[in-house]
Amino acid sequence: MADLDSPQTVSRRSILKGGVAVAALGGVSAFLAACGNSGATTAPTTAASTAASTAPTTAPSTSGGESPQASAGAGGNVTLGSNYSDPVPKGVLASVVDTFQKQSGSTVKVNTVDHGTFQDQISAYLQGTPDDVFTWFSGFRMRFFAAQGLATDISDVWSQVGSNFSDAFKVGSTGDDGKQYFIPIYNYPWAVFYRKSVFQDKGYQIPATLDDFKALCQKMQSDGLVPVAFGDKDGWPAMGTFDIINLRTNGYDFHVGLMAGKEKWTDPKVTTVFNTFKDLLPFHQEGAAGRTWQDAAQALVQKKAGMYLLGMFVSQQFQTAGAADLDDLDFFPYPSFGTQYDAEKALDAPIDGFMLSKNSPTLAADMDAAKAFLEYLAQPETQVAWVTQDPSNIAAAKNADTSKYTPLQKKAAQLIGDAQRITQFLDRDTNPNFAGANGMQAFLLDFIQNPSQDLGAFQKKIQDFWDTL
Amino acid sequence: MTGASVGSAPQTGARAATGRVRRHYSLLTGTDKLVLALMVGIPLVFDLALIWGPTVGSFLISFTNWNGIGSPFDAKVIGTKNYESLFTAYPFFWPALSHNIIWLAWLMFVATPLGILFAVLLDRVARGSRIYQTIFYLPVVLSLAVIGIIWSLQYAPEQGLINNILGRTANDNLIDWLGNPTLNIWAALVAASWRHVGYIMVIYLAGLKAFDPTLREAAKVDGANERQTFFRVVFPVMMPINVVIVVITTIEALRAFDIAYIINHGKNGLELLSTLITNNGISESNRLGFASSIAVVLLVISLVPIVAFLSRMMREERR
Repeated sequence: MADLDSPQTVSRRSILKGGVAVAALGGVSAFLAACGNSGATTAPTTAASTAASTAPTTAPSTSGGESPQASAGAGGNVTLGSNYSDPVPKGVLASVVDTFQKQSGSTVKVNTVDHGTFQDQISAYLQGTPDDVFTWFSGFRMRFFAAQGLATDISDVWSQVGSNFSDAFKVGSTGDDGKQYFIPIYNYPWAVFYRKSVFQDKGYQIPATLDDFKALCQKMQSDGLVPVAFGDKDGWPAMGTFDIINLRTNGYDFHVGLMAGKEKWTDPKVTTVFNTFKDLLPFHQEGAAGRTWQDAAQALVQKKAGMYLLGMFVSQQFQTAGAADLDDLDFFPYPSFGTQYDAEKALDAPIDGFMLSKNSPTLAADMDAAKAFLEYLAQPETQVAWVTQDPSNIAAAKNADTSKYTPLQKKAAQLIGDAQRITQFLDRDTNPNFAGANGMQAFLLDFIQNPSQDLGAFQKKIQDFWDTL
Repeated sequence: MTGASVGSAPQTGARAATGRVRRHYSLLTGTDKLVLALMVGIPLVFDLALIWGPTVGSFLISFTNWNGIGSPFDAKVIGTKNYESLFTAYPFFWPALSHNIIWLAWLMFVATPLGILFAVLLDRVARGSRIYQTIFYLPVVLSLAVIGIIWSLQYAPEQGLINNILGRTANDNLIDWLGNPTLNIWAALVAASWRHVGYIMVIYLAGLKAFDPTLREAAKVDGANERQTFFRVVFPVMMPINVVIVVITTIEALRAFDIAYIINHGKNGLELLSTLITNNGISESNRLGFASSIAVVLLVISLVPIVAFLSRMMREERR
């Protein structure tokens, strides 16, 4: 056999086989791509270009006015990239859009993308062919994209609607360059939720101070309740606990400085926060690292846990459980710590809203209609219509009519209104490179499972990580 | 996917070389050349454009601090800083690497042998073999993402099936399968094995079905028992299949991603190189340069088994 395959004689068959081998090499290296693929994937923008550019040309001639609202009367097109993929908010957006279409004669085409996917692909999406208007959050996350030139300045819209909002919301909508890029639609408070019936049956009092809170926790434990429900599988719920303890201990300015990297994570002030967190951890539900926030909420629904520090979206779980359960849900603000910062009554109250993209291919043609749409979203009536259908939020506009609010919403509006300082949330106020799954989420998960570790080394690890970014 | 090209090893180019051919005659007709050019050319173009292009791109980006916004050519070149920070400062790299190694070791020494065992057993079963095959193969049909979701539900602390069966759902005795960082990788590996075992089983079973029964009979005549027959006769003869299985297992371990990502985005004890790449590059985070450096490290690691496999395959082709 060997003599047949002498160097001179190359069989036709073996050449063809060589070709197959090369093809196989290509096949194998496809695995490399599967493993080593890190290129920016393009977002699945379904932005069907509805670039019917007839409207804007006719609009000025008919109305002649400068106001975007006037030109919108003649109709126009807007594309809207939405992350409202859950059924309830999706339906709310659809109805709000519907009303706008009827009022203005414009057409709004909504492209819904799964909430998490939308967030993961936001960079690629905004650089590709985004929709005219897109749903987004206030805070660092908004300022970042504005600073990268991926959002359009809407200061002119703000000059029309600015009087609807308090100063805090204007600050929350302003980029690093002092211009506005964001229209707030609603926000929701983080507070301590509980069931009125449980507190009534057991004779619990709302704790005003940290000591009261701890005493209540002990009492609940002796009554066989888990004092504080807790589920941190997604990594961010523990940030809410860290935030509120930090705000009570060190105040708003320290929070802002820490999130911006001006303050150090190795600061003894941070040590105090972690020590308080550590004192409270034994009152929290065990196994938090493997539990979703929804499962933790179930502990409160089923009266196995007494309290739960979370955003007001926890009420969705009660809504699903039934009207009676929802009526039974109440909350109180996080107890005061006896520091000078108690007076700030600060809390996390993240704002959701809308922005205008920069790279949308249809934006030039749709500009007037898009700004009219944003203006419409900034109206208190629109926002009230929104939060009536999704009562886990409250309208962002200060002049919103709260008479139709649920008791929980009224209380939330009161709580946020009373606050001197409002923060967005740890992962909305800081660099996403720092806050992500391989970042602050992981550090906090480590902490809640090993609260007795050397805090000095732990805080240094966090600061070292920040420094590498 | 490489499996197809390996099976046809031994009888190489014997038939074609019937006569001596003078050198100045081309062995190939014009049509042959065209076919060859298309066969090699088209995959090559795709290969270069879709695989090696991005690979080289990732390699180059790994020396920059590109944040995914604007052109990578405008990004600042920072030399090997990404690599330095990856190996010395980044707290998640070494855990991720060790988890990949654990993943590989588990699949190689537990899941794969189990799949082979199932294949051998099913090969002996006369009745109901099809039913068993279907049962074990069923998970392979599911995508790993779906498997991740299924098992996340089973492992859930209070609502999950497993803790409910064990009666460990109370606050003071529950087992935190997905949250405990020393436990969750094993929980994830069980989920991964659930699929992997069936995969290996089917491949091996196909090999066993093609196995020449006379060899087995000969071994029996020589007085070998079942175990000896398998390890001394069947296993060595099945070498081409064994190589495929080793390669598949290695690749499955290196590209492990879906289950860990579904469980908790690859944190808290489930860090893997692939999830680090995703969390740094393809997420709201925008450290594309840094993510590329992790991708390059993963590429280099992947090259070891791939080169070993290819060189072996080429050698067999030449023999």
